[in-house]
Amino acid sequence: MNPCYLGIDVGSVSTNVVVISSDGDVLTSLYLRTQGKPINAIKEGVRKIKENLSKDVEIAGTGTTGSGRNLAGAIIGADIIKNEITAHAVAARFEVPSVQTILEIGGQDSKIIILREGVVTDFAMNTVCAAGTGSFLDQQAARLGIPIEQFGELALKSKNPVRIAGRCTVFAESDMIHKQQMGHNIEDIINGLCEALVRNYLNNVAKGKEILPSIVFQGGVAANVGIRSAFTNALKKEITIPRHFSVMGALGAALLARDYIKNNPGTKFKGFEVSEENFEADSFVCEGCSNLCEIVNIKEEGKLIARWGSRCGKWDTI
Amino acid sequence: MKKVSFAHMGYSYLGFKQLLEEMGFEVIVPDNPNASTLDRGVQYAPEFACIPFKTVLGTYLEILDRGAEIIITSGGVGPCRAGLYGLLHEKILRNLGYEFDMCVFDPPLTGLWTFFRKLRKILKETNISWLAFIDIVRRAWKKLKLIDELEQLAINIRPYEVKKNDTTRTFNQCLKIVEKARSLYQLDNAQMECRQLLNDIPQDRSRRPLRIGIVGEIYVMLEPFMNLDIEKKLGEMGVIAYRSIYLTNYANSDILSHGTMDIRRIAHPYLNQFVGGHGQNSVGETILYAKNGFDGVIQLAPFTCIPEIVAKSILPKVSRDFGIPVLCLTIDEQTGSAGVETRLEAFIDLLCQRREQMEAKNNESLLFGY
Repeated sequence: MNPCYLGIDVGSVSTNVVVISSDGDVLTSLYLRTQGKPINAIKEGVRKIKENLSKDVEIAGTGTTGSGRNLAGAIIGADIIKNEITAHAVAARFEVPSVQTILEIGGQDSKIIILREGVVTDFAMNTVCAAGTGSFLDQQAARLGIPIEQFGELALKSKNPVRIAGRCTVFAESDMIHKQQMGHNIEDIINGLCEALVRNYLNNVAKGKEILPSIVFQGGVAANVGIRSAFTNALKKEITIPRHFSVMGALGAALLARDYIKNNPGTKFKGFEVSEENFEADSFVCEGCSNLCEIVNIKEEGKLIARWGSRCGKWDTI
Repeated sequence: MKKVSFAHMGYSYLGFKQLLEEMGFEVIVPDNPNASTLDRGVQYAPEFACIPFKTVLGTYLEILDRGAEIIITSGGVGPCRAGLYGLLHEKILRNLGYEFDMCVFDPPLTGLWTFFRKLRKILKETNISWLAFIDIVRRAWKKLKLIDELEQLAINIRPYEVKKNDTTRTFNQCLKIVEKARSLYQLDNAQMECRQLLNDIPQDRSRRPLRIGIVGEIYVMLEPFMNLDIEKKLGEMGVIAYRSIYLTNYANSDILSHGTMDIRRIAHPYLNQFVGGHGQNSVGETILYAKNGFDGVIQLAPFTCIPEIVAKSILPKVSRDFGIPVLCLTIDEQTGSAGVETRLEAFIDLLCQRREQMEAKNNESLLFGY
């Protein structure tokens, strides 16, 4: 049997699954849309990834990350549940050992991670607004009737990018509509949007951070060549896109699982059968005191497997 | 007797409850603020007021609905807007049609005579002598100090607890014991009993918790609902979270004694003037934490809080100069608990890795020297 490690990253927009060998080679990876149904996405991810694996693969460890990491951890039986900042840093360091700056733009958040000598020394995540993240690009591509995959290439065709107000998505959209009505061509508007997004990222998320090479750009948005070139232009430095840029979180989770199992042998993985089982989530408000906590129950085949949400810890034990 | 109430801040309500009850008032104890308290506050507060303003307004609405006739609160001085919050709260509540007396106590030194007059007005309501009043204050103060001590003890024990939640459960049990104790003698006994209870929690002392200093605005630091239980969260992640402010300024930590050091003087090279609230303290305390070998600092800042915004823009320089990582959490009604958790977890991973790296380097240099 061939021991392998499974990593799942459940984000707001996409759910990514990766299986790596014990050397860290990616055997197979998946990028699925979460579509607001994280439980389905996780089950679907586990089912599909199994189809891509050869028979002799044995899952020796599992890791989850992303905003749905606890949910995913409860469903598949995770050995390690990690935040996405650490997971992304681990994956980037593995792919590009000399990395000192990670630019990551995902579906609804964007972050910058600063590493020195292979150790994370600082990080920031967008706080006030999700402007300039993947969802917004998606939405604008849909509005303009352009497949998101071609969005970046169109931007590269632009000769005179127009300036788009990028602070807030609502105002950015009105500004784009206004520029369209003024008669600017679509390439220039799209390129302007890419530049606005990068400007917004550098002025907010990356404010005050020292961006040193090697610079790695990852997350779903790194597929967009328009944004890539806007970053290169703004930073005037070379930017590396890792091979598995869209599933770096999941890769990081798998690598973390591998290292964890090395020290703590024996996985908690429930097996690929979880994709056939029935999982449900429900919630109630605890009226034990005036805190009025919202408690969430996760049930597997009607049996309670996880519960969270209470501040006093009353409901933590199952 | 008139029904008196006050704002909720951490566990201080136990002290204020005793103080007012013994003065003879009927006390309406405010509930722990929750999401609906905040919703009510947000509904009537100016949009860009800070979250302490909104939460306290929500609390006032709740206690007025429960029949409070007098609200006692504190004022303040200086550039921080909170000094005027009492007046603004009163205006908003009166416009909503509530009838009550608002008694705002400014720090005595800003006007000794005004302070005395306000106090006399309150005492007149109750017919107790000044001498009796002094005794009541002394015991309430002792209670507050005891609560602060137990809070600190819990913070120091939580990262070692073998069974998750043991410390929190025991601490809540201690609060009930302290609540019942009233005389100096009973308070002494409660102190012994609670110390014992907390120290008896099964602990794994082989762990090496990180030490993080928490700085920031007082209300979001003291009220667990505001800071999303940051001390408990950090404790369960294996961190001792020292807080720079306790209500009685009681700091029994031998590492960080505040009474002897002038925080503002320490902050002076970076911020040489009083910017209101705890802005200067946040800078000075970060330096002090760094000098005392802490692993990191977390700043808790209410959104739109000017003193903390000033501090926030200075802290990156302090962080670089003293080599101490700083995480800033901005808190308002939009703050999601998931986002805060992600940042805390990542910050702790960062600190752990940093510690390992530094220890590895130290070992290397030791070997090299050898």
